[in-house]
Amino acid sequence: MEVDLAIAWLRAAADSVAASAGELTRLDAAIGDGDHGVNMNRGFTAVIAALDAGTFDSVGDVFVKAGTTLISKVGGASGPLYGSAFRALGKALPAGPSVTVPELAAGLRAGLDAVRKLGGAEPGDATLVDAYQPAVDAFKGDDLAAAAEEAARAAEEGARATAGLRARKGRASYLGERSVGHQDPGATSTALIFRALTAITAK
Amino acid sequence: MLIPRAPSPDWEEPAVKKFINDPADVVAEALAGLAAAHPELRVDAAEQYIARADAPRSGKVALVSGGGSGHEPLHGGFVGPGMLDAACPGEIFTSPVPDQILAATKAVDGGAGVVHIVKNYTGDVMNFQLAAEMAADENVAVETVLVDDDVAVEDSTWTAGRRGTGATLLVEKIAGARAEEGGKLAEVAAIGREVNTNSASFAYALTAVTTPAAGRPGFDLPDDEIEAGVGIHGEPGRRREKLRPANDLVAAALDAILEAKPLTASDEVIVLVNGLGGTPLIELYLVYGTLAKLLEARGITIARRLVGNYVTSLDMAGLSITLTKATDEFLRLWDAPVSTPGLRWGA
Repeated sequence: MEVDLAIAWLRAAADSVAASAGELTRLDAAIGDGDHGVNMNRGFTAVIAALDAGTFDSVGDVFVKAGTTLISKVGGASGPLYGSAFRALGKALPAGPSVTVPELAAGLRAGLDAVRKLGGAEPGDATLVDAYQPAVDAFKGDDLAAAAEEAARAAEEGARATAGLRARKGRASYLGERSVGHQDPGATSTALIFRALTAITAK
Repeated sequence: MLIPRAPSPDWEEPAVKKFINDPADVVAEALAGLAAAHPELRVDAAEQYIARADAPRSGKVALVSGGGSGHEPLHGGFVGPGMLDAACPGEIFTSPVPDQILAATKAVDGGAGVVHIVKNYTGDVMNFQLAAEMAADENVAVETVLVDDDVAVEDSTWTAGRRGTGATLLVEKIAGARAEEGGKLAEVAAIGREVNTNSASFAYALTAVTTPAAGRPGFDLPDDEIEAGVGIHGEPGRRREKLRPANDLVAAALDAILEAKPLTASDEVIVLVNGLGGTPLIELYLVYGTLAKLLEARGITIARRLVGNYVTSLDMAGLSITLTKATDEFLRLWDAPVSTPGLRWGA
């Protein structure tokens, strides 16, 4: 992955988040406070503005910039979680204008570790970890398009499966058993972000 | 003619009328209005915080709180002598961001350290934690007081833990008074934590809350049902139930509170009967009257009380009841002068 592709991924993710903001908000209204779409859209809009304003020699710097911007602009739990994920991804990548697929895979796992450390969520708690973890596990091999496709599928499956789970973290946890039957908005936006990568890598 | 509501599953609540311009501008425009109405406060529109005009006060421990907007007068309305030094309003129902909290923390630090008062919500905790780490990097000593008084949520590994609600006001008032009289950082934080430990709250919602961005009620609450144990963002609590007479609801709330934080005869309490934004004061007083009788029957003395809209949830009809077991120190600090837009006495 090169600097341009990293920026293109974030741009595609921003477009996808914007297009799905209503759906994310609807999911969040059912089990949270109904602002996930608005907050994510505000954050990714700011990410694009920040990337447009800068020049980047290193792939890692792109993701660190994106993460820092999300932490500064989103608020709620999503800001620190997504922000920390992208920052950890960026910091884990070797400096330079291009990174290999295995290096990207290791970076994505570092992002997952950061999210789990900050939020304390385990797989099965009905959070974004339930999309992120299977995506990282599926992101393998040396072919970026193939790895991205497998990761996106795994993330989407994981996000859908949160509907069968009882939320144990975040605001949805206050619902207890009543959270079962609702797909987690954070897992859904994570799946959107992984799907966005396939949009620019598909051959 | 009455038009019956269509029972179709895709029926949508009609839009709720609000005095707004663009939903995206509500927080900024309200901040501008607060600044215009209260020249004794300093509102930083760029960094999005509200501070005492005389901050930083050299040698005084500073109190900073914050959280999502939509709970007014909490927190911005509690900035002033005797209470908070600064407040950071986030977007509606969304916690503030670390940069904002850091800016407020540095702006009011008088060299004696800063106490962050944080309501226990996942987002608030994370953003304040990041801000506290950034402040430590810049050699500002920060102590965090977490407020988690809402007994409707079971405090277990199954949840994010009890939510911070009405007791936040008591923590901010009492810790604020301790700071104003020269308490040290550890002392101010300690009494804030003690107030939280001694407090328990329970809330009911009669209607769903409507955020400006959504424009429609955030959850579906049938006309004859209420949400028992609701949170201050409209997030659900213990159960849906049929509306009952106020006396029954108050008794059930008191039972829930006392189950979590037992009180005995001869105990003294500070009581907060708090409207969530859409319930008239007449109903809050009715509830207070019921509560006073129930407490009297148990031999519990109401040493101080507050009835009104203090920790709100936009336009939600509903109320919360907070009981804080009082100590002599709490009462002394509660009675100390306070001068803020939302709370003012003795000053």
